[in-house]
Amino acid sequence: MASILENSGFNPDKELKVVGTNPVKQDGPDKVTGRAKFGADLILPGMLFGKILRSPHPHAILKSIDISKAEALPGVKAVVTRDDFPELPLGTPGGDLSRNIMAREKVFYDGHPVAAVAATSEPVAKRAIRLIEVEYETLPHVIDPVEAMQPGAPILHDHLRTKGVEGAEDAPTNIVERLDLAMGDVEAGFAQADVVIEREYDSKPMHQGYIEPQGCVANCNEDDQIELWCCTQGTHVFRDRLADILRLDSSRIKVMQSEMGGGFGGKTGFYGEPLAAVLSKKARRPVKIVLTRNEVFRCTGPVSGTRSRIKMGCTEDGKIVAAEAELIFQTGAFTGSMFFNAPHAMFTRYALENIKTTAWEVVSNRPKVNAFRAPCVPQIVFGVEGIVTELANKIGMDEIDFRLKNAATEGYTTLYGATFGPIGFVETLEAAKKTDHYNSPVKPGEGRGVSSGFWFNRGGDTTGSLTITPDGSVNLMLGTSDVAGSRVSISMMAAEELGVPLEKVRANFADTSAIGNNRVTAGSRTTFSSGMVIVDSARQAIDKMVARAAEIWGVSPEEVTFEDGHCRPASANVGDFEPLSIKDIASRTSVSHGAIAGHSEMNVTGEGPGFGVHIVDLKVDRGTGRVDVTRYTVIEDAGKAIHPLQVEGQYQGGAVQGVGWALNEEYIYREDGTLDNPSFLDYRMPVASDVPMIDTVIVEVPNPNHPYGLRGVGEVPVVPTLAAIGNAIGDAIGIRPQSLPMSPPKLLELMDGGETRAAAE
Amino acid sequence: MAKAHVTTTINGDEYEFLCEPGQTLVDAIRNGLGLTGTKEGCSTGDCGACSVMLDGELVCSCLVLAVEADGKAVETIEGMAEGEDELHPLQRNFLELNGLQCGICTPGILIAARALLERNPDPTETEIRFWLAGNLCRCTGYDKVIRSVQAAAEEMREA
Repeated sequence: MASILENSGFNPDKELKVVGTNPVKQDGPDKVTGRAKFGADLILPGMLFGKILRSPHPHAILKSIDISKAEALPGVKAVVTRDDFPELPLGTPGGDLSRNIMAREKVFYDGHPVAAVAATSEPVAKRAIRLIEVEYETLPHVIDPVEAMQPGAPILHDHLRTKGVEGAEDAPTNIVERLDLAMGDVEAGFAQADVVIEREYDSKPMHQGYIEPQGCVANCNEDDQIELWCCTQGTHVFRDRLADILRLDSSRIKVMQSEMGGGFGGKTGFYGEPLAAVLSKKARRPVKIVLTRNEVFRCTGPVSGTRSRIKMGCTEDGKIVAAEAELIFQTGAFTGSMFFNAPHAMFTRYALENIKTTAWEVVSNRPKVNAFRAPCVPQIVFGVEGIVTELANKIGMDEIDFRLKNAATEGYTTLYGATFGPIGFVETLEAAKKTDHYNSPVKPGEGRGVSSGFWFNRGGDTTGSLTITPDGSVNLMLGTSDVAGSRVSISMMAAEELGVPLEKVRANFADTSAIGNNRVTAGSRTTFSSGMVIVDSARQAIDKMVARAAEIWGVSPEEVTFEDGHCRPASANVGDFEPLSIKDIASRTSVSHGAIAGHSEMNVTGEGPGFGVHIVDLKVDRGTGRVDVTRYTVIEDAGKAIHPLQVEGQYQGGAVQGVGWALNEEYIYREDGTLDNPSFLDYRMPVASDVPMIDTVIVEVPNPNHPYGLRGVGEVPVVPTLAAIGNAIGDAIGIRPQSLPMSPPKLLELMDGGETRAAAE
Repeated sequence: MAKAHVTTTINGDEYEFLCEPGQTLVDAIRNGLGLTGTKEGCSTGDCGACSVMLDGELVCSCLVLAVEADGKAVETIEGMAEGEDELHPLQRNFLELNGLQCGICTPGILIAARALLERNPDPTETEIRFWLAGNLCRCTGYDKVIRSVQAAAEEMREA
């Protein structure tokens, strides 16, 4: 059986008819007419409505929960608490997950679930949760990660000991892990430096900010089979985690994905979904739970806040000779921040020989963090690229030339051990240097910032199928999620392989019982990985069609070739046969030989690293500290843009998310440890009038490991943004901010210690 | 609790329903009537996903009580396409120019954008941006949203 694992290489000479065009995506028409079904849109007969009771305290012992009054309320069909979940061992992934879904011994953050109710209507469910009596013994809390690291800080988990520290004393701590990484000799490197810059930075948690709150319907049938409909970035991961925390066989759980109204990493983990499942099991009826925006802010996401110290040195001719960093990541109440991404990625794109990093992950009384585009990287690159620009300025070198001089190329071995194949950082920098934006003068009163970024891109466990129907049209079965239009890009690759118009290909999403495992849709892996398995499936189907054509003609399969959607004699010597279309073959042989299909499961490797450069112009209002972004250009290597409009959309969307993170978005806690701004009014994401058009340049340095050369484009666009804006503000006001977000009060402080504001008032 | 009786038209069709006095319009049309094209993102009037027209006025249906629709005409995304196959120029341009990614904010943005073009057939980019400032989108960065509205406006002016 043919497999692209044997012949997966990118073929630069292949003439492309579908890949690289901009067809309307298949899910579009239902989305512009209101017919697409998202997480909250399913209505089942007999469905109940679930509501969650949440802790008002950031840290407390859960002494008792009395649900009797709630259970007695007419219309209430089930109430669940910790007693309805198996007790899993403390400090294990399942134990943490279970305790995050439903508090057990203690509550660890404002909003931590303590009970849930299913009732015949939402108003009844709301009344019921108010009848639940919970006795808390409140404990001192800690919000700030650096405070959480200090001796004497309130301890969240008595069982926790720091991983990665030799001889860590046998006392509880909030420090989950210390991770040390090094290459070369940083002391020797800094000794060669003519300029050394060391700075400290901090960032606050921000939220993924998807517009669709998590919504689901769970239905446990009379055979104890659980069906879960939900918006998710990973149906199989939800299934397996649900099986883990409920101690069920995975085969008893069927997860079906709805359309998803944004995720950005925040829907890689579940929240209300297991509660709906357990409520349904108890009530023997379908249960819908839709989170409110308040719950989304208080209890889902967010992103790690950080403290960091970064030091870099270069010679006067512009070579970076050493880099060092100490990084602290808050992970919320439970481990799982993916903080290791930061030391792996922060300097990666420069061909450094001497690097030393120490990174810490720390728990505190906040919601457990979740992934967000390039998890843990942009807020650290905020510092790195600030120093890179400052170094270039100090030695009087053009900052893109400085980056070019230090740019990693093929053959460079990274801090995390991978050796780069062909990569496009140099090409991306050169494209940035050629943009009209970079070559236009900065307008009077404005500042300009440049920054670059890197993301690994990911592959991993992926399964897909392709079926050719008797009439020659094609169905794809995918098990990844479509977060922004991957199904059309994957369909385009199938159409290209089979030589059929895109209209003949329909992409479908399988539930977890209908297809093998798929890792979460995250890390810029889906179009790449699902594309791989579908191309593999298509090539298997082509092999079958070739064999059937050979049989029809009475020749050997080697004498048949497949091109442009037809089987043809490989040469004139084979005989004078009319080409057979996919439809000809499928319709003639489906009864005699069965359907034509291809199926592929792989742990996809060969992902191509991605690099981006951002250029931003902005002005700072000296009276109010408000920043207006006036011009923005994203330059990024896509490897190959399968659907260029969608690639541009990723660049633009990532950049604007970064604008929000850079300028406004942050979690603000009150003294009592409760969240002060759990609404879109007080948590200010960019609106249309906050940003200009976002110009894009798609660089294409093909990934040689993918049949169409693609790399993955979702994560990189947010990586350079915070630093680019920081550098532009630095250029505009003469002081480069070191604290995120760069909100008006902080900028006023920086500009003149607030005197400007006083004068304005 | 005594329920209120509401008679209204939605996209020209007559509807009668009972609702709790405190029930929002978005809840009534989504969960009561099953018209789930209108989305709910925040319930506080900050995201615009639930935008509908109420007697010709653009409103957030999470900030309107269902009883306020009594005797009035509601227009939602389900009524935007003209006839069976004829998409509104806004819908078509959003599709062709990739003005949507995940699509959750799209119904609200389309309703709001149509209201803009009815008042102002030739808005500037700035006017479009400020008109749509009440509709949050987290995917697109707004660039292709604005371009889709501009293209639709141009097409509608020429029609």
